[in-house]
Amino acid sequence: MSYPTQFRYTKDHEWIDATGDLATIGITDYAQHELGDVVFVELPAAGTALTTGKTFASVESVKAVSEIYAPANGQVIEANAALPSKPESINTDPHGAGWLVKVKLSNPAELNELMDAKAYEDYIEEKKKEASA
Amino acid sequence: MNDRIKKATRHTNQNEGLIFEKSSPGKRAFDLPSLDVPAPSLHKELGNSHRVDGVQDFPEVSEIEVIRHFTRLSTWNYAIDLGMYPLGSCTMKYNPRVNEHVARLSGIATEHPYQPQELSQGCLKILSLLEKCLLEITGMDAITLQPAAGAQGELTGLLLIRAYHQKNGNPRKKVLIPDSAHGTNPATAVIAGYEVENIKSNADGQVDIAVLREKVNEDVAALMLTNPSTLGIFEQQIPEIAGILHAKGALLYMDGANMNALAGITRPGELGVDVMHLNLHKTFSTPHGGGGPGAGPVAMKKALEPFLPVPVLVERVGGRFALDFNRKESIGKVKAFGGNFGVLVRALAYILAYGPGIRQATEDAVTNANYIRKQLEGIFDLPYTRPSMHEVVFSDAIQKRNGVNTMDIAKRLIDYGFHPYTTAFPLIVPGALMIEPTESESKEECDFFVDAMKSIAAEAEETPELVKTAPHTTRIRRLDEVAAARKPVLRWKPEQKKSGAAG
Amino acid sequence: MRYLPKSPAERQEMLAAVGVKSVEELFTSIPEQYRLTQPLNLPGPLSEAEVIAYFEQRAAENAVGYTSFLGAGVYSHLRSVVTDALLQRGEFLTSYTPYQAEITQGTLQAIFEFQTLMCQLTGQEVANASMYDGSTATTEAVLMAERITGRNRVLVARSLHPEYRDVLRTYAKNSGLAVEEIPFTRDGLMDAAALKASLRSDVCAVVAQSPNFFGAIESLGSIAEAAHGAGALLVVAVTEALSLAVVKPPAEADIVALEGQSFGLPPSYGGPFVGVIASKEKFVRQMPGRLAGQTTDQDGRRGFVLTLATREQHIRREKATSNICTNQALCALAATIHLSLLGKEGIREMAEQNVAKARFALSELEKIPGVKRTFPAPFFNEFTVEFPRSVKVVNSELLKSKIVGPYVLGSVYPELTKHALVCVTETTTREQIGQFAGAVRAALEQPL
Repeated sequence: MSYPTQFRYTKDHEWIDATGDLATIGITDYAQHELGDVVFVELPAAGTALTTGKTFASVESVKAVSEIYAPANGQVIEANAALPSKPESINTDPHGAGWLVKVKLSNPAELNELMDAKAYEDYIEEKKKEASA
Repeated sequence: MNDRIKKATRHTNQNEGLIFEKSSPGKRAFDLPSLDVPAPSLHKELGNSHRVDGVQDFPEVSEIEVIRHFTRLSTWNYAIDLGMYPLGSCTMKYNPRVNEHVARLSGIATEHPYQPQELSQGCLKILSLLEKCLLEITGMDAITLQPAAGAQGELTGLLLIRAYHQKNGNPRKKVLIPDSAHGTNPATAVIAGYEVENIKSNADGQVDIAVLREKVNEDVAALMLTNPSTLGIFEQQIPEIAGILHAKGALLYMDGANMNALAGITRPGELGVDVMHLNLHKTFSTPHGGGGPGAGPVAMKKALEPFLPVPVLVERVGGRFALDFNRKESIGKVKAFGGNFGVLVRALAYILAYGPGIRQATEDAVTNANYIRKQLEGIFDLPYTRPSMHEVVFSDAIQKRNGVNTMDIAKRLIDYGFHPYTTAFPLIVPGALMIEPTESESKEECDFFVDAMKSIAAEAEETPELVKTAPHTTRIRRLDEVAAARKPVLRWKPEQKKSGAAG
Repeated sequence: MRYLPKSPAERQEMLAAVGVKSVEELFTSIPEQYRLTQPLNLPGPLSEAEVIAYFEQRAAENAVGYTSFLGAGVYSHLRSVVTDALLQRGEFLTSYTPYQAEITQGTLQAIFEFQTLMCQLTGQEVANASMYDGSTATTEAVLMAERITGRNRVLVARSLHPEYRDVLRTYAKNSGLAVEEIPFTRDGLMDAAALKASLRSDVCAVVAQSPNFFGAIESLGSIAEAAHGAGALLVVAVTEALSLAVVKPPAEADIVALEGQSFGLPPSYGGPFVGVIASKEKFVRQMPGRLAGQTTDQDGRRGFVLTLATREQHIRREKATSNICTNQALCALAATIHLSLLGKEGIREMAEQNVAKARFALSELEKIPGVKRTFPAPFFNEFTVEFPRSVKVVNSELLKSKIVGPYVLGSVYPELTKHALVCVTETTTREQIGQFAGAVRAALEQPL
């Protein structure tokens, strides 16, 4: 799967897609692949504050729980209501239907600190090499 | 595969349904003696509380059907009675049958915890002797037999530590836990009201002394250490570790799950441990029974004795035993009615059978683990090369090159007639194979196991798909755990038709 | 040693294969000064006959040949020999936690059946595979309510078993949970008015027991209404599980914490028993303990697995719903077998016999001058009576007739001095009840 060029990416494998100060956040294809079949998602309520680097959600497979870290500061506007009954969307469409939350960013410029698609692809190539070493 | 298997597998093809599916109104399996007093009017006695229709959909079957149902179910299980159960840190040793016999004796199984103490001297003597034996084995000063399992023992230990610190004016905030620790350790620390701070192990899989020195301060209540570690390796610097902790007023807690490597050889009390728990369902042979019951006694140094859970067993003049409830500094009770007495009886029976010879069991356990390690070294990757004690941890690194991981190898081991070893633990070894044979395995059984593992390693090279899709010979193959977690079905309901018929 | 399957020659062979000359070389990682040079000072070794003799001697020093009228959370009931015959099958007894489902389907299906039976009994939607016992199940139910509501105060009936309250306090001390007791009325039931007065928006749960410690069956309607009105959950503890055969389960409860000892487990001086938490499906992810779920294998066959494991310590570690690992699996199996044997009619009949015999005992006691029933509430197999003199004194007289008398309530409830909690089950004969009443009468007729 190719990584959308308009997204930004974190080292913890979250993606964020921003237009102005509104953004959507999810986890990347690499992350869902590592996690395995998603069975449950715990999402924050609308209005919850997001602090960069702090967990705001979790995604569970059968054998593991992945904490999801906020890529930037902001506030949750909407959590993906379709996810609880269809957690597998995170596996089948992690960059689209598998989105986690929509947020209002406190400072869109913070996203400049994050990786772009090319940098993220290089990053996960490194990770794959480390794993098979 | 036939020339590689030296042991027949045993898997029946019964497709026994649920007990509810065999049920039919009017069948009974148990009769009571006739009522010898006037029959009550339940409606009069219980009024609106009367459950008029009884328990809906409760099974109605005959005695033979109960016997057959559960007998058939039992044949779907692997068990220690069938062969080696190499689960790391579980200590799956022989569960002596005399233990079952004595636990069921009239006068042992029948006693009520509230009956007068003068009519319970037999029970109290059993508890006292067990206490003395466990103190001798651990080298500690005081002990409680109340906790129902290892995890509850851990909680009791941490509550004792908290009470101790509280008495000294500062309950402290943190507990340090190595990243190789069993999951109950951090879970317990949180329940005890402490923050967990993880300590990374060094390159030898041991506690990093430099890191420890840096992290220990007056906010640290204790370090929770498993020894030998979950890698099966003895923490050589345990006296230094104790020293560093004690210098800052912190305590050393030892998770005694791996006591099977130490009993009769060394005593944790002499190594600087302040408080520890034991798992009687591990080292002391009480049966696992499919997941419990266990017992988790906690042994401690004198400084922690004032905080023991109530009641405390005391010996009075004339050899009479009593339960002392008058303990002002006690942490309270962690479980009603005392410990799991039936489990404690079994553990004492085990200790009495061995006596001082318990050392031999430890020696055999360590011999078996090292024997298996020697045979499989080079075939499976050994990430930590320090000497193993009662268990050895390999990794799947070599087999991973062909896409075969530890879970696949474990599942293929089932086809060879063994229960898998512990996969994916400890966390510091990715793709771990944690193997603990215990002293209950003969050389023959160890050789069977080694043969099977060597065969699977060869299969991982030559025919990896066979391993990745194992097991092949069981009645049930790999189960859909994802569906089970996404849409949990946790009980039978009457409208369910009998599904999954014989295949 | 008979438990060790090695001959001296085999030991030598294996040590040679490892590359050492003696087994001592395998312990060099333990610093020398800490290696024991003397054998431990332990009794034994004993042969099998000697082990048995030791315990038979201890058994003879206990309450042999006594009739007991004690309940108070631990009950003597009939158990079929079939239960032990099945429990002692090695495949059940010596099997491990069913983490590898393909070869532990026996345990897993039995757990699934247990969970179903517990739901049927309690009227709840989901039940776990067991907790250690009723006291820790009650405590864990409160912690569960704390997680669900995010609140940290709990209101506990004083008519909840004293040891259950003790255990809750021990756990609460360190988790920032405030525990407040709600008194009982003159009728021995939880005081709904006092409850309402204490309910605030910081209460996560109200804990009641029914039948309560005095044996009285609570009517929980107004308790539930008050709790729910304040946004708190209702936790109901049941210590005598057999009562559920003829007493309506607490439908208003959000969580039921059950002690299953009455189902096939002997009193065994206090354990091992079997606790259960049963609750609503919507709370399942906050439930502690193992859960067996139904699923299919790759060939479409029905099978069972441990599921929702991400709640548990081995995955969630410090964020787990509980630290519990080992549970009471074999005890739960005993209960499953016992309940299958009793069945729908058997459990009803056994429960009815309890009601009958307890009532008969009460009527015999009430014939004794000065003996009065304490509480008017309906009861199952335990009731409270008042003696005209100290229960302890009466009990010491009863011992001379080889009778273990009722529980002395005054030791825990000072306002109930001279009141006794009497338990009568189906195991007590009419004759024994008559002897008991006769002995009480005689004890009360003794000059002071």
